[in-house]
Amino acid sequence: MPAQPSLFQTSLSVTDLTRYMRQVLENDPILQDVWVTGEISNLSRPSSGHVYFTLKDAGAALRCVIWRSTLLKLRGVDLQNGLAVETHGQVGLYERDGTYQLYVDAVRPVGEGRLYQEFIRLKARLEAEGLFEEERKRALPERPRRIGIVTSPTGAALQDMLNTLRRRYPLAEVVVAPAAVQGVEAPGEIVRGLVALNRLAGVDVILVARGGGSLEDLWAFNDEAVVRAIVASAVPVISGIGHETDFTLADFAADRRAPTPTGAAVLATPDAADLRVALRRQEERLVAAVAGQLAVCQNQFAGLNARLGRASPAWRVRNDRQRLDELQSRLVRAGMAHLQLRRAHQQSLAARLKALSPLAVLRRGYALVQTAKGGVVRQAAQLEVGQEIRVQLADGSAGVVVQSVHLNAPPAAPAPQARE
Amino acid sequence: MVDAIIAVESLSYEQALAELEEITRRLEENPPALDETLALYERGQMLAQRCASLLDQAELKVRQLSGEDLQNREGE
Repeated sequence: MPAQPSLFQTSLSVTDLTRYMRQVLENDPILQDVWVTGEISNLSRPSSGHVYFTLKDAGAALRCVIWRSTLLKLRGVDLQNGLAVETHGQVGLYERDGTYQLYVDAVRPVGEGRLYQEFIRLKARLEAEGLFEEERKRALPERPRRIGIVTSPTGAALQDMLNTLRRRYPLAEVVVAPAAVQGVEAPGEIVRGLVALNRLAGVDVILVARGGGSLEDLWAFNDEAVVRAIVASAVPVISGIGHETDFTLADFAADRRAPTPTGAAVLATPDAADLRVALRRQEERLVAAVAGQLAVCQNQFAGLNARLGRASPAWRVRNDRQRLDELQSRLVRAGMAHLQLRRAHQQSLAARLKALSPLAVLRRGYALVQTAKGGVVRQAAQLEVGQEIRVQLADGSAGVVVQSVHLNAPPAAPAPQARE
Repeated sequence: MVDAIIAVESLSYEQALAELEEITRRLEENPPALDETLALYERGQMLAQRCASLLDQAELKVRQLSGEDLQNREGE
């Protein structure tokens, strides 16, 4: 060490020096991620919401601060003067004061660090034995008739679970196996409770539960004997230990894990409200099935009834009467048509007849020649000179004496037939 | 088969529900003659009523094992 300060060094400002020191601290990896053990003193909680205290031991003191935002995330430890704790955080320098302090982000009771290590070790060993395997886990009964609970008989956890069960599924019967849930006697009593409930007839599911606490408080549920008893239980086990984020080895061993004792009671049971809905649906199905069958029968009945109706005499009469009416109409229609045809025929005949009448022939200029006796003369050959004949014309007749007779040359065609 | 002799009032929730489900399934899949159907329907309704009243009237029964119950017994 120099006997005297060097006169050739530049002088730094307080600010520069302080800033330099701050950088040194902030760049040190150990100081930025450190656990420190000590005793809390000078605890202060100003209105800002931040917490200030000094962590001390025999040799030194360290200022600590926990920001309000960090405090909200911390759980478990109740900070008090005199409490021995382990704190985790980063060392920083408050330039204004020229003081260094620990910015704390985690606090745990002394010894918990060691406990946690042991937890990790135990977990690894039991996991290697396959005790936490998913395949081992059993299904929970849908509607348990008898529910076993291993817990402290005086704790709030038991009351919470009973209230939940009462609300959700009062049909069940609950059997409580009382056990200490922390302290040296706890593991033994928990194991004894599990064994007794297994021995009891008709227990469908067992809840193992306790309220929240520190790792040390929950330590009984990391006990090897407890883990083995849960695995060995013939009855499915649901664990509900501590708070949401606590995990004990019992949780890994259980067939189902719930975040809280109440959660365990919920997992164990159906909700009576859901059961009522399912019951109503069952009733609806019943009604629908019967209604369906009734509908089929009614259809069959209607069909048979209709067939029966068609076979009845009354129906036949009604039917025949209708047929009769129908035929009559057809007959009438046919008759009228025939009549019209005949009339037309008649009219045409009459016309033809008129055209052929002798009168009409006479009007056309032909004459009818008759002998004195009245016989019709058709051929000139019948006449003699001097014969008296009568000549009929359209409007009268004349007496005529034949003067001469001439015969035509014989025609190619045969002689005309006399008309009738 | 449905045994109509067992009184509905003596059935547990589990038993009544199981019988109700069986009756419903039977009437849906393989209905008998109409009068037996109606008899089954009536029983089904009674079973449903039994389940509902069990749900409504049930009170959680709670008991605690004694120290003696908890003793480890050899060769049980």
